[in-house]
Amino acid sequence: MLRRFLLRRALLGVLVLWLVTLGTFLLFFVAPSDPARTLAGRQATPEQVELIRHNLGLDRPTLVQYLDYLNRLIHGDLGQSYFSGESIGKILSEDFPPTASLVIGGAILWVVIGVGAGVISATRARSLLDRVVTFLALAAVSMPTFVVGLLLLYFLFFQLSMAGAPVLPPDSYVAFTDSPGEWARHLILPWITLAMVQAASYVRLTRGSMLDTLGEDYIRTARAKGVPEGQVIYRHGLRAALTPVVTQLGVDVGTLIGGVVVTESVFGLGGIGQAVVQAFVSGDLPVIMGVVVLATTAVVLANLLVDLAYGLLDPRIRLA
Amino acid sequence: MSLLEVTDLKVTFPTSDGLVQAVRGLSFTVDRGRTLAIVGESGSGKTVSTQAILGLSPRADISGTALFEGVNLLQLDREQLRRIRGAEISVVFQDPLTSLHPLYKVGWQIEELFRVHQPGTGRAEARKRAIELLGLVGIPRPDRRVDDYPHQFSGGMRQRAMIAMSLALNPKLIVADEPTTALDATVQAQILELIGRVQAEFDIALILITHDLGVVAGIADEVLVMYAGLVAERADRRTLYYRPHHPYTKGLLESIPGSTGARGGRLRPIPGSPPSLIDIPSGCAFHPRCPYAMPVCAAERPPLATVTGGGGHASACWLPHEAVGLGPEADALRLRAKEA
Repeated sequence: MLRRFLLRRALLGVLVLWLVTLGTFLLFFVAPSDPARTLAGRQATPEQVELIRHNLGLDRPTLVQYLDYLNRLIHGDLGQSYFSGESIGKILSEDFPPTASLVIGGAILWVVIGVGAGVISATRARSLLDRVVTFLALAAVSMPTFVVGLLLLYFLFFQLSMAGAPVLPPDSYVAFTDSPGEWARHLILPWITLAMVQAASYVRLTRGSMLDTLGEDYIRTARAKGVPEGQVIYRHGLRAALTPVVTQLGVDVGTLIGGVVVTESVFGLGGIGQAVVQAFVSGDLPVIMGVVVLATTAVVLANLLVDLAYGLLDPRIRLA
Repeated sequence: MSLLEVTDLKVTFPTSDGLVQAVRGLSFTVDRGRTLAIVGESGSGKTVSTQAILGLSPRADISGTALFEGVNLLQLDREQLRRIRGAEISVVFQDPLTSLHPLYKVGWQIEELFRVHQPGTGRAEARKRAIELLGLVGIPRPDRRVDDYPHQFSGGMRQRAMIAMSLALNPKLIVADEPTTALDATVQAQILELIGRVQAEFDIALILITHDLGVVAGIADEVLVMYAGLVAERADRRTLYYRPHHPYTKGLLESIPGSTGARGGRLRPIPGSPPSLIDIPSGCAFHPRCPYAMPVCAAERPPLATVTGGGGHASACWLPHEAVGLGPEADALRLRAKEA
């Protein structure tokens, strides 16, 4: 049963991946960008531009280029950057760790904050505390990421450093393998930034879901059984209210792997998002395609994990 | 001393539309091992009153006393009341599908009672007890079904599991709130039979809440008919069925299919609908729907008074005390009172 489910999802994932690469490829050639000219520079003669175009293979028909790309993709070759000549595999393997660290660490933080505040809000519905939490969530969701990031930088880096306590660094990324402590220290501000922006929607999601759940008959049963209120809320209530949260988490993590551009840029982490923005500006098709393949895979995998998690969270769901 | 002695219970809910007077001065007693049926339409206050006593209506304003073994439940703090709930007094709810937690195994939900109320109980012991309880309430192969989830049980089996839960800690009182309403007719009888059997076996007192007088017939010792938050009539089961005094009780009996009251094979529903609990009719709340209503009925609330025949038979109605029964003579008595 599970094997058939996984096989079907894998085939579906490949189909999605193919459609997305095709779409990106076509869009690139419809858009008015000419990497050969950009690469050649202003002084170049038309002959030089043509030569570069030929060397990059851009003078071939679009379909031929696509099939060539697809053929190499199947063999695990993502090509090279038009500009640096670096292999895409290498670029992605360098840019993926900062992005993954940021997103996964941030996700843990925003789930804890979001779900925690959501539960508090729901169990004290219409109280002052509930209104404060709801207002803060609304404020956080309305604030642009870069504002949150810059505010944090101002207070927690600049002011703290001026006060003689340079605890937190302003930017750059240190690999976990080099120094776990430094890795975390450099990521604290980005994590908080991402978590603040994301947590808001989780507060509202959890609050709504908890309020629905706490009105259920089985919650009344738990109380009638004399279960202490804390257990009623967490073991009986939250457990059942988590399903929509898990769904949203899968979607968010999958999507953010493809680019947390703003947070990465504010803190100079140099992740996937920054790489793809540069590639778009210069028209570096292989990099764009590489990121698209990575991001699509992340989304497909995240959704698969969500579906598998459903099976664990809810015994009524049978995967098929 | 009665096991449970409720006196002048009043329950109100503040709402944006006004004050909902759900229970307006309810008194009753339940003795050890006996069965009290509380009968009434939706909104009569039958469910609210028991939930209020057990602290399951957090938003309600409650007054009166509810002495359980001499202890006033309404004076206990939340923690003290919680220790009684599930252990001394347990509840069986109406819809077993929604009342069981869908994400936990049936066995886990039974074992939880031991974990909560008897923390010393070991895991293996709690599981063994859960299996015994499932067997006791007639679940086949309980050693296997203990690991099933509620959705793997049929409707009747789910209610059996709820009953197993209510029995787990040998309570002195079980409140069964419409325990058969959500079940198929064929299963209803089995569940009632089961409730009656375990009650007799373990000498448990039972409050059976229902809107269906037919359900009461089999197992109630005493019946309380409620209307708009008050007792309309109180009697032992036989008396209530054959010699009702209150026109509302009479109406309920006549609306049972196949009852002696429903003559000519035609059901006689009670005209009108239950009153608003925010704007309750003056005097006797039933008077706008009552075929025998007299001027006094709208002016003054009738006290719960003993009627002819005695034996604890009491009715809150201004009709003459001897106007009891379903036959034509009783009707004539009632009509004569109305004409006078």
